[in-house]
Amino acid sequence: MTTETRAADPVLVIIQLSGGNDYMNSVVPYADGHYHDARNGGLCIGEDEVLRIDDEFGLHPTMAPLNELYDQGDLALVHGVGYPNSPRSHFRSMDIWHTCEPTKVGTEGWVGRAIRDLDPAGVNPVTGVHIGQGLPRALVVPGVTVASVADLSTYGLLTGVEQQRQREKMLERFVNMYGRAIGTGNVQEYLGRTGLDALKGADILKEGLGRYETSVEWGTEQISRSLRDIATIHCADLGTRVFYTQLIGFDTHANQKPVFEKLWTDLSRAIADFWDDLRAHERDRNVVMFLFTEFGRRVRDNGSGSDHGAGGGCFVIGPQVTGGMHGEFPSINPKDLDQGDLVPNHDFRGVYSTLLEDWMGLDAQPIVDGKFEKLRFVEPF
Amino acid sequence: MADRQEIALMAHLMRRAGFNADRDELERRAAQGYAQTVEELIDPPVHALRADSNQLFRYQPSLETGGPATHPGAANWLYHMVNTQRPLEEKMALFWHHVFATGNSKVDNDNHIIAQIDMFRDHGMGNYRDLLIMLAQNPAMIYWLDNHENHKRSPNENWGRELLELFSMGVGHYTERDVFECARAFTGWTLGPKIPRVPNHRFFFQYEFRPEEHDYGEKEFLGRRGNFDGFDIIDIILEQPACPRFIVRHLYNFFVADEPQVPAWNIEPPRDPEAIEYLARVFTDANFEIKPVLRALFNADFFKAAMFQKVKSPVETVVGTLRLTGDLQGPQLELVEVGQESAHMGQSLHNPPSVEGWQTGRDWINSGAVVQRINFVADRVSNLELPGVQRIVERVAAANGAQMAPAELVDHCLDLIGPLDVASETRQELIEHASEEGGVSWSDRAGYARAAERVGEMLALIAATTEYQFG
Repeated sequence: MTTETRAADPVLVIIQLSGGNDYMNSVVPYADGHYHDARNGGLCIGEDEVLRIDDEFGLHPTMAPLNELYDQGDLALVHGVGYPNSPRSHFRSMDIWHTCEPTKVGTEGWVGRAIRDLDPAGVNPVTGVHIGQGLPRALVVPGVTVASVADLSTYGLLTGVEQQRQREKMLERFVNMYGRAIGTGNVQEYLGRTGLDALKGADILKEGLGRYETSVEWGTEQISRSLRDIATIHCADLGTRVFYTQLIGFDTHANQKPVFEKLWTDLSRAIADFWDDLRAHERDRNVVMFLFTEFGRRVRDNGSGSDHGAGGGCFVIGPQVTGGMHGEFPSINPKDLDQGDLVPNHDFRGVYSTLLEDWMGLDAQPIVDGKFEKLRFVEPF
Repeated sequence: MADRQEIALMAHLMRRAGFNADRDELERRAAQGYAQTVEELIDPPVHALRADSNQLFRYQPSLETGGPATHPGAANWLYHMVNTQRPLEEKMALFWHHVFATGNSKVDNDNHIIAQIDMFRDHGMGNYRDLLIMLAQNPAMIYWLDNHENHKRSPNENWGRELLELFSMGVGHYTERDVFECARAFTGWTLGPKIPRVPNHRFFFQYEFRPEEHDYGEKEFLGRRGNFDGFDIIDIILEQPACPRFIVRHLYNFFVADEPQVPAWNIEPPRDPEAIEYLARVFTDANFEIKPVLRALFNADFFKAAMFQKVKSPVETVVGTLRLTGDLQGPQLELVEVGQESAHMGQSLHNPPSVEGWQTGRDWINSGAVVQRINFVADRVSNLELPGVQRIVERVAAANGAQMAPAELVDHCLDLIGPLDVASETRQELIEHASEEGGVSWSDRAGYARAAERVGEMLALIAATTEYQFG
């Protein structure tokens, strides 16, 4: 693979909004009287507050940078995403989104499967990169390597050994020992592979870090730092095809208004900085950004927040995205609700399928385990 | 003198029921016997003290308060884990922090999480029913799961749901209706009005029962009907066979061997169903006293046979290394920085990723965490200034005279860092590494200094093995 083709390969940046983002207060159906009835406990975003995108819908007031992307035709809003019998448990719901297994507990993550298809021989240990701690289940597939980086600047193995010569010798032993664990078919093997790939990945990322310069004044919030790390690695042309990070705190049962405002203020700014940075590096054309959450929130608020619901929505951003609204916003008329929740009308695996097939050029069926309706929110690159 | 088998078993017990012990302690404990050590861990003698809180606050008063930050609280707890002479008490606090996972990401006033951990330290080996009641009335938990927003007229299900799903029975043993009725029973279990904060101080929330918020109406819960309140709900939960099974499976996963992640528990059977049934029976017969079930667990053959069957958690890795090497004894300034190490490995104290706690076992391992944990341990076990490392060096130096073959160096290091069993290929690789510099000589001053360094390097390389990641 040469650098030239690499730069052109489609790249997917996934941001997980953990806790259950209130889609109805993100993309607000401000013209619908039922919205005002349901959100009369203090969460209602008034007609004069929303950033109008048409006569029915508007973005939350904190989303000015996203509104700009929308006006440029770079932001697609995908309504009504979910699946039948939403369990309303964070963990179970997130598991379902991660594994595409709504009826049983899956062990393989959909993103991990995609990474396996992108790099079947596991040639490049930074084909998938997670910025954050631990590894979300979406990225976990036995035998598939994902570099999980908490802090890009200090990433490396046995960095405490001062004498470089001695360190190299020890790393040689490390490679031999970990190499032997391969083939034992248990947690040892998993460890062995992970260790070897970590070592290799660290070397590659270290090289990339040295090549990055930026004129963008990034924010200092966690999500800004995460997206900055992603921009750094992407602009270094290391062959990374999928990035994954998350922002936590969307479980707004109580005191939703200020919490939600802060989350979306930070997130909108970080997203805007990210695209500015990529444009400045002329590395934006082959990137699509995808934001999802485990579920939407209950239609009626609870006085200061909102409880777990069903049927949320996704955001897809990038120059190759077909901007606008996709799918149908579920009816919020009380008679159409299911136990007080929106009824989703577009299976989340269809959203994945669009991203995987129309953007990444992969066969979605084995990854999401089935054939699901796609929406045309992205132009193949 | 205890033989290697006894030392290995004692090391296993101390890794699981505590956070490692150095060889002096292992020998002392092995001499008094395994069963007696279990008793001492469960019921520590009066002279075995907790870490001295007064001492910590004298030197580092800021670790008493957290506000929005968790690093003071994590440092505070690290101090306790490293310095306690009652290690099982801290281990059980960590256990309950995992099961009743409460995070400052939302509570945003870490004093409350510190207070909750104190509660686990004080009562974590008491009675489970008492603990559930304390938990239901714990300000951090009430705020974390929004029970202060659980009103008679607009019930908030968050606490009600997690009590059933994560704190007592697990998915599959209740209906959505039960969740709702459970929430109703806990209406009015709330927080009293709080004094507004002043610039550099926040006041504590207090638990309060407000009768006017409580739904006194009839409820139908798990097939029973009555005007239940929270106490009744907890009593009904304790009557369900699913409850003791769920809690002892947590204990098994924490102390014995890695189970699948919690959401899979109603689908995948336990690794050792007989052990679960046995422990559940002990737990039920003991009226949900926790000590008897711990005693049964640590004395069981399935526990003794489970050496190295668990991937060490980040906190076990960090605290175990500090206790082995004698690093960070007392109220050190570095507590704050080192208190974040487990977070870098994927386990942020006071801030579990969700109310489900952490994903354990092999999920602790990923390319990021592997780098963090190997580096952390290697840096310390090779630091010859640390008293615990010096004690290891002295033992190796005294092992068999002034000269030592590379293989002997390797075997002594493996013994004193564990005893750790490694694959023969791993041992061979370590021996080859040691052989590059030939035999080890402890005879003169310069020789001794280099030999000591070689012990440190060997310990670092052992810390990097796959085998060392298990505990």
